[in-house]
Amino acid sequence: MSAAPGQTVGPFFHLGLPYEKGNELVPPGRAGAIRLHGRVLDGSGVPVPDAMIEIWQASPDGKILQQPGSLRRDGWTFTGFGRAATDADGHYWFSTLAPGPTEPGKPAFFAVAVFARGLLDRLFTRAYLPAPKDLDALLESVPEDRRGTLITEADDTGVVFDIHLQGPHETVFLSFPRHRGIWA
Amino acid sequence: MTTTQADIDREILAGQADGPQENQPRLDYPPYRSSILRHPTKALHPIDPEGVELWAPCFGHSDVDDAEADLTIQHAGEPQGSRIVVAGRVVDGAGRPVPHQLVEIWQANAAGRYAHLRDQHPAPLDPNFTGQGRALTDADGYYRFQTIQPGPYPWRNHLNAWRPAHIHFSLFGTDFTQRLITQMYFPGDPLFALDPIFQSVTDPKAREMLIAKYDHDLTSPEYALGYRWDIVLTGDHRTPLDTEEPS
Ligand SMILES: [Fe+2]
Repeated sequence: MSAAPGQTVGPFFHLGLPYEKGNELVPPGRAGAIRLHGRVLDGSGVPVPDAMIEIWQASPDGKILQQPGSLRRDGWTFTGFGRAATDADGHYWFSTLAPGPTEPGKPAFFAVAVFARGLLDRLFTRAYLPAPKDLDALLESVPEDRRGTLITEADDTGVVFDIHLQGPHETVFLSFPRHRGIWA
Repeated sequence: MTTTQADIDREILAGQADGPQENQPRLDYPPYRSSILRHPTKALHPIDPEGVELWAPCFGHSDVDDAEADLTIQHAGEPQGSRIVVAGRVVDGAGRPVPHQLVEIWQANAAGRYAHLRDQHPAPLDPNFTGQGRALTDADGYYRFQTIQPGPYPWRNHLNAWRPAHIHFSLFGTDFTQRLITQMYFPGDPLFALDPIFQSVTDPKAREMLIAKYDHDLTSPEYALGYRWDIVLTGDHRTPLDTEEPS
C-alpha cells in the first residue's frame, strides 16, 4: 500500500506544534535531569532558526513507555517524548533523563526526528549517549569517519548533539525498511 | 535576476523529466529555494528499527481536550470565512486503522494569513481565529475537525509565488518510524501546477494522496461543507510477537 508523502513544516509551524514544556520531559534541575542540547546547522554551517526536533526515548532503566501526558506535563510522569523548536541561534534543548539500553549489551540512544522550513520531509537519526561501550547494528554499519555524528558529547549540563543537515559533518540520517518500496 | 514563475515552471518540468517518479518528496529539490542548503547530500542510511523506534509515543484525553478539534469555537466570536469539516481515517501501510493517536493541524485563516509573528502577508488577521487544532483518532482511526476554509497565500520563493490553500497535518503511527508531517490540499486548486512544494513529489498518484475529496455526506445542512481526507502512513515494523507490550 502506498503512503502519503510528507511535506515541509514550513515557516509557521510554531503556531501548531511546539507547546509549553514540550522540551521538558522532566523539570530542569530535578535529580537525575540532564540537558540534551545542540544546534541545527545548514550546508554553510549557518544555524537554522526554524527547525524542530522531536525525541522519543526509553526510561533510565531501559523501559519503553506507553504513558500519556506529553502534551500537558504533570511534572511527575516521564513519558519519553519531547518536542523543541530551535531558537534564533539554531539552538534547541531538552531537559530529560538519560535513556537506558532497551536490551542488555546494546548502547542507549534517543530516537530523533528533524523537521525544518526548507526540509521537504522529516529526517530520522539517533543520538547515542557519549562513548558507547558496545556497538549495535547501526554504529557498526556506519563508516567510522561518520559514526561520531550519531554520538553525543558530554558537557557540564548533560550531552550535546549538533545536527548538520548538510556539509562535511553531515549527520547520518536513517531510512527504515517500510520507507522503501512503499508504492505497491 | 529575479526568478519568475516561468523559471520555476521550467525547473519543475525538468525535475519531472530527470529521474524516476517518486512518491515521497525529493529532499534535494532546487525549485523550492529554501531546500538548497537544508537537504542531506548523502544517501539515507538503511537500518532496521530497534528499541523505542518500534513504538510510538502515547497520547490520551489528558493531552487533548475534545474541544480542540473545533477551530471555530476558540474565541468569543465566530471566525470569518467558510466553515468546513475535515474528517477521515488514519491507517498504516497495511490498511489497519491507527486508533487513539494524536493528529495536530495548523493553518492560515480565510484571508490566507497565519496568526504567526513571522507572517507579513498584508491580509487581515482574524481575532476569532487562531488556526491550531488537535484531535485523537477514535478506536477505528477516525478523526474530525471543524475549521475555516484557509485562503491561498503569497510567499517569497520567487516573484509572484502563491501557495495553494492547505492545512498542515502532523501524525503519529504505532511506531516512531511512521511519524509524518504533511499538508492537505483542496480539490481542483489552480495553483497545484505552480507550487514547488506540492510538485516536489514527482509522482502524480502520490500527489493525489494529499488532496482531500469533497464529501456531501460530511456536509451539514446550512452549516458547513465537508471534506474527506484519509491518511495512509508507512507500514509499522513490529512483529506479532512484540505487538503486545513494550519491554
Ligand atoms: Fe502553510
